[in-house]
Amino acid sequence: MDNRTRETVRYLGYKNGQIDTKTLELVEDVFRELDKVVKPRSLYRTFVLTWKEDDIIQAGAMEIHSKNLAKNLKGCRQVILLCGTLGVEVDYLLKRYSYTEMARTVVIQSCAAAMLEEYLDEQQEKIRTEMEKEGLYLRPRFSPGYGDFSILHQKEILAMTEAAKKIGLTMTDSSMLTPTKSVTALIGLSTTEEHCHQKGCEVCNKTDCLYRRES
Amino acid sequence: MLLDRLGKELLFFDGGTGTLLQENGLQPGELPETWSIERPETMVEIHKKYYEAGSDIVLSNTFGANALKFHDSKYKLQEIVNASIYNLRQAAKEGVKDGREVYAALDIGPTGKLLKPMGDLEFEDAYEAFKEVAVYGEKAGADLIHIETMSDTYEVKAAVLAAKENTSLPVFATMIFDEKGKLLTGGDVPSVVAMLEGLRVDALGINCGMGPEQMIPILDEILKYASVPIIVKPNAGLPKQKDGEVYYDVDPEEFAGYMERIVEKGAALIGGCCGTTPEHIRKMIETVKAHDAWSRRKVPEKSEKTIVSSYGQAAILGEKPLIIGERINPTGKKKFKQALKDRDLDYILREAISQQDHGAHILDVNVGLPDIDEVEMMREVVVNIQSITSLPLQIDTVDQKAMEAAMRIYNGKPMVNSVNGKKESMDQVFPLIKKYGGVVVALTLDEDGIPQTAEKRVEIAGKIINEAAKYGIPKKDIVVDVLTMTISSEPEGARITLEALRKVRETYGVCTVLGVSNISFGLPYRPAVNSNFYTMAMQNGLSAGIINPLSEDMMRSYYSYCALMNYDENCEEYIRQYGNTVAAKPAANDSMITLKSAIEKGLKEEAHHAAFELVKMKEPLEIINEEMIPALDGVGKGFEKGTIFLPQLLMSADAAKIAFGVLKDALAKSGAEEEEKDKIILATVKGDIHDIGKNIVKVLLENYSFDVLDLGKDVPPELIVETAIKEDIKLVGLSALMTTTVVSMEETIRQLNEAKPDCKVMVGGAVLNEEYAEAIHADFYGKDAMQTVYYAQKVFGRE
Repeated sequence: MDNRTRETVRYLGYKNGQIDTKTLELVEDVFRELDKVVKPRSLYRTFVLTWKEDDIIQAGAMEIHSKNLAKNLKGCRQVILLCGTLGVEVDYLLKRYSYTEMARTVVIQSCAAAMLEEYLDEQQEKIRTEMEKEGLYLRPRFSPGYGDFSILHQKEILAMTEAAKKIGLTMTDSSMLTPTKSVTALIGLSTTEEHCHQKGCEVCNKTDCLYRRES
Repeated sequence: MLLDRLGKELLFFDGGTGTLLQENGLQPGELPETWSIERPETMVEIHKKYYEAGSDIVLSNTFGANALKFHDSKYKLQEIVNASIYNLRQAAKEGVKDGREVYAALDIGPTGKLLKPMGDLEFEDAYEAFKEVAVYGEKAGADLIHIETMSDTYEVKAAVLAAKENTSLPVFATMIFDEKGKLLTGGDVPSVVAMLEGLRVDALGINCGMGPEQMIPILDEILKYASVPIIVKPNAGLPKQKDGEVYYDVDPEEFAGYMERIVEKGAALIGGCCGTTPEHIRKMIETVKAHDAWSRRKVPEKSEKTIVSSYGQAAILGEKPLIIGERINPTGKKKFKQALKDRDLDYILREAISQQDHGAHILDVNVGLPDIDEVEMMREVVVNIQSITSLPLQIDTVDQKAMEAAMRIYNGKPMVNSVNGKKESMDQVFPLIKKYGGVVVALTLDEDGIPQTAEKRVEIAGKIINEAAKYGIPKKDIVVDVLTMTISSEPEGARITLEALRKVRETYGVCTVLGVSNISFGLPYRPAVNSNFYTMAMQNGLSAGIINPLSEDMMRSYYSYCALMNYDENCEEYIRQYGNTVAAKPAANDSMITLKSAIEKGLKEEAHHAAFELVKMKEPLEIINEEMIPALDGVGKGFEKGTIFLPQLLMSADAAKIAFGVLKDALAKSGAEEEEKDKIILATVKGDIHDIGKNIVKVLLENYSFDVLDLGKDVPPELIVETAIKEDIKLVGLSALMTTTVVSMEETIRQLNEAKPDCKVMVGGAVLNEEYAEAIHADFYGKDAMQTVYYAQKVFGRE
């Protein structure tokens, strides 16, 4: 099982070895369909990070109050804003199949989530290679909505990166990203390499979550 | 005058301003438009450099100036627009030294929001935002409106309509394409060109996204379909990144070289976008003038292609024959009529999906029924169909208001059914085609009825084409329907129709359509006559048949015809359709399993087959109680225990749903009335667009015989309350994904408790839990879909 399939299976609620052949076939078929229609796009931009108080930081002109994020970025002087989207095609598929095949819809939802994560990981690896040439190391990416990092920062992030114009990434009035299979994230840049394994899932307060990653 | 010069001489735009503003200190995320007021001298200086470089048209600093972006700015939108246009005028005064005529263009960029159905911005709200800025622009003295950097056909349609309806200025529109010739929202070149020309823009083209080199193939493609002057405004190359900053590295010399080629290919207006500077523009103008590129250009031919489009694709008539699916039409269909009366959109949407799956290229949409509000229904059906399929639609109605409502809200260039040779009809329909664009079906009948001869029908077609020309509607936007007559009452009917079909093609070179199945009315075994007539019609020049794509006979004719006439390369489509026909039959017999087992295993085809067989022997109610309910209960229990997972639960639900469909048909055929079911409202709350959880609950509740009124996503509390009162609802289910939208969930519950205290509310969604649900006064928190079903059963005393 490749990585994205393994992640999809986890999102669908299965633990190791529990998935049946028929569902697995469905997962694989959905990936084939998604690979055909999905056009992932991303962009990033670097900003100076300034530290105001313990839990108040400023990235470019954006001021953020967040304990969790401050912890993640500790020691960084620069931060990358990364935006990525699978595009609106996935939303059309989700809507279309919800009228005829709900099982497939749920599987598309999970496959797309896994695809998006994998795509962002790839983009992050490219950035890592670039940055390491300049002696900079990446922190794990951290998105609005993780822990106490308010989702309301979506708006500033989209404006600062011109994500609407460049990759078609927009948001609703309630700060939900559209297309729905999209992510914005901050990635700290520091001059020292640190092994920081804390990613979004573990930092979340919803400890009873069905999909929580087992550490 | 600009319009007099357009396409007759080469006109030059300005280049980018973003880079120049950044050099002057503009911060990322800052609204550049405020500089029109705060830094007028900088803005005048930038514009002036472009006029000095030789630009004829310079864009105002109003790219993001709309109410949606400026609602919390310290300046009023009108102040921004006034200042921006004033700065342009000032710059022209200072910068134009040779006395040439130059133009100030009001620049309109995208709203930065995604429109419904996939985003939360209403089409009409986008329209209002664009209207406001367009009106201010004209008042401030702009010479034209330039809509640019658009990546969504729907949004650009709103902008063009707003500009056209509320100002008398020329309107230009340019879009961002990627290297494959696609928009960010999926549209392709022919669909974009067809829609924009339908909306009667004065010039159209491409800007941003790519450098000049990458734009050349897209320009070639645009020229294939266009008939208005073309604009090309590339970036200074593809974006590159250094230290996280974006930069462009095609220098003025190289840029000018590419722009010369772009002029030679046929572009009539050129300029630059991101990364281009006054130096790029100066060099570009110098080069194309020195080499006299304009007089050496290949003069573009006006495209004569008949194109209908949606947001995602175009259908071109007149080449390979196309199929227009006829099933979204209540005529003679009891179930469809009932669906319309009940506002059962799901039924209609499934008809759309199944026709697409069976090979339709365009879908006819007719929702005319005496007792319904056709205008409202048409609008709703069109919007909803466009959220599940990108097939272009044919708006089919005799109600002019419904026709206009649908054409306005439609995302793309629709096919419109129909106009005829009566003066009254042409007076009503042609103004709509002129305004919104569309390919219109012209029926060859007039005040004297349907002519008995082919010649007379051809004559009426000519009359309609001529009348259309008076409105500026080109021949390519008319497809003629010479009318199919029933052979059982008119023995010469088929011969006359086929002759007229051939002659119309020969005489005018227009495309044609026919409603095929009328031919066999009153005869036994109609599919035989229909499918043979269909083949004959294609052979005589039919561009698109309006047929039932679910009819095996018709599709056999279609695929055979395409294979025979070499429209189907290597007979690939034919082989794909029929290659397994022989092998498939015995397989169906092998898979005979019980209905209960088919549902448990989530096998849809088998469930359909088993239900079909069972219903011949047993009463539907018996089947439900003995086979289906036990299967669903078993699967539900397994899900609770953790031995069955969500996808499997839903595969069973999908299979059961299909079996229920078979039983429902059987009931309807026997004439028995369906029992009244307990009604439940489901909705994803206002502000929330993630509705997958709600849809899961819906499928399960329906399988447990609840009548679900699905109000969709982003539903205002008022609509939920109103529906609950009107339908006397006992239970409402609400879903919300995030903390930001739980607020509207709480508000909905508050309003419901106040207006209809006997109505229970159950809630679900990612951020919710027991305590949270209690805090917002919900009656029940559904941890998962099965819990919701159990609660619903409890509320209605079905335990």
